Amino acid sequence: MTAWLLVAPMLLPVLAAGVSFTLSGSRVAQQVLGVTVLTLVLVDSVVLLVLAEREGPRAATMGGWPAPLGITLLADRLSALLLTVSVAVALAVLVFSIGQGFADSGRSSPVAFHPAYLLLTGGIGLAYLAGDLFNLFVAFEMMLTSSYVLITLGAGADRIRAGMTYTITSLASSLLFLTSIALCYAAVGTVNLADLSQRMDSVPGGMVAALSVLLLLVFGIKAAVVPLHFWLPDSYPTAPAPITAVFAALLTKVGVYAMVRTQTLLFPRDETWTLLAVAAIVTLLVGVLGAVAQDDINRLLSFVLVSHIGFMLFGLALFDVQGLTGTVLYTVHHIAVQAGLFLVAGIVVRLAGTASLTRLARAAPPPPVVAGLFLVPALSLAGVPPTSGFVAKFVLLQAGGEHGGAVPVLVAAALVTSLLTLYAMARLWRAVFSAGPERPPPSRYPGNVLILGAAAGIVLTGVGIAVGAGEIGRISERAAHDLLERDGYREAVLGEEAE
Amino acid sequence: MTTLDLVMALVVAGLFAAGFYLLLDRSLMRVLLGVIVLGHAANLLLLLTGGPPGVPPVLGATEGGERYADPLPQAMALTAIVITFGITTLLLALVHRAWQLDGHDEVRDDVEDRRIGTIQDRAESGPPLPTDRDQEPGGRQER
Repeated sequence: MTAWLLVAPMLLPVLAAGVSFTLSGSRVAQQVLGVTVLTLVLVDSVVLLVLAEREGPRAATMGGWPAPLGITLLADRLSALLLTVSVAVALAVLVFSIGQGFADSGRSSPVAFHPAYLLLTGGIGLAYLAGDLFNLFVAFEMMLTSSYVLITLGAGADRIRAGMTYTITSLASSLLFLTSIALCYAAVGTVNLADLSQRMDSVPGGMVAALSVLLLLVFGIKAAVVPLHFWLPDSYPTAPAPITAVFAALLTKVGVYAMVRTQTLLFPRDETWTLLAVAAIVTLLVGVLGAVAQDDINRLLSFVLVSHIGFMLFGLALFDVQGLTGTVLYTVHHIAVQAGLFLVAGIVVRLAGTASLTRLARAAPPPPVVAGLFLVPALSLAGVPPTSGFVAKFVLLQAGGEHGGAVPVLVAAALVTSLLTLYAMARLWRAVFSAGPERPPPSRYPGNVLILGAAAGIVLTGVGIAVGAGEIGRISERAAHDLLERDGYREAVLGEEAE
Repeated sequence: MTTLDLVMALVVAGLFAAGFYLLLDRSLMRVLLGVIVLGHAANLLLLLTGGPPGVPPVLGATEGGERYADPLPQAMALTAIVITFGITTLLLALVHRAWQLDGHDEVRDDVEDRRIGTIQDRAESGPPLPTDRDQEPGGRQER
């Protein structure tokens, strides 16, 4: 039974993608199928979360092969929590894209959109649940290949240019990932994460450090850590709003998740990791300064996205329970908030017909309901109480306050970044939503019910995270405990063989 | 721990070097070739982690004492080859589309990069920057 629950987040979307191709004659059938399947996966991931929370990590081996040889799928608190939030956001974005039509042009979506989207969610599901490095690689490839298709679908010259950068960069990082898998296998003779974490102790220190940095580099490219972020602000803004939203919310977070999982499980540390702390500081500052300099609304949000990856690295760099709690909380909150912002930006650009802040400042402002939908995630991103962003940042800063060394610099960088994020959001607000004497009156029509409903759904998810912060915080804290106490993970996968 | 023999290590290193060199080229066709070569390098490395070439991949298939190769990296390399192949095809389609749209397959300049370059050029060449924000800097593309 558990095996089926664990397989479903990957298998259902993949099977449905196949069916979806055969339904290409009927858009409505494709849409109904997509929404139904994602709803089922959402229910499934909630069940997994409850199971993981009550009974600890749940593992399943495929085809009856025992753990170190066979394929392992595993859901613990961290992966089930992230899976639930990710699938919820993916579902909302799918509804948004159905309401909007494809590519901001009102045309209906190309035949390949729904199958590619389903494969994307299937890949994300597998990435969270994969119990070995090679399956993680396959999951990344599933997810990235469908994202290459989505970003270049129905492409003009602009999107091909952006898509090329994105594809080549992701591909280079995938091949590096494959190389590091080969090196791991050469070093210890297994790719199973639980088994690796046991055998890694017998490997010489230099080799361990090399593998750790190589994996950090690989996932750093996927998660857009400065200075490996250069591809992101160039490629995301050209895609249609729903696609940018789902990429921004989910793909970079899967990179962060993979980073957290591999570093905590395979390369445990006792103290703050200076290299990652420096990367976090640089990511925070470069990202937000880039955002302040932008004139294009989507580029601005992309740079903010890069900047806030730094908060997630912050907690991981500290390498203690509280820091990791902060990372988990921040990741969960950021998935909902960033998706909401990109969707609202999509509505704004669609209404005004331009993405340039200079021009938006002279166009008719969007209706108040859109402004409201923007305000909540924007404040949450800046970390204004009582939003979810505040809770997550509070936990991180509190964790940082207990350390010495380079950590006070990190805390300072985080505070400066929060302030500059607030400034960037205020600038965006002033250009887009403020009324002015020289501006025409607000436009009336904000889009149809599906668009607004989906955007509101995501914004409400963000609010829900703030309201349920106590409970989610407790789950995150236990997830952080699980990450540092690796025995639970090993026992779930290897059974009694675990030392 | 598995160690590569020197010849294979050199082959893998050479493929990696050539792949990354091609990846840095401006012509998309060469970038594609670079991806293919890099894919070969990674797959070969994965395959070599299973043991020396030329021995059977099944446990117990040889008479006692002889070495055997680990079958797991071979299975993984097979999967990885299929993935690389699929992505190569997709990239080829993209390169073709870029060629159809532009008439050449050069990687184009980054729009934002060009905008910043223009601003700097203007700042250096005498006349002051237009203070009126109505004038968009040159080379800006509206979407």
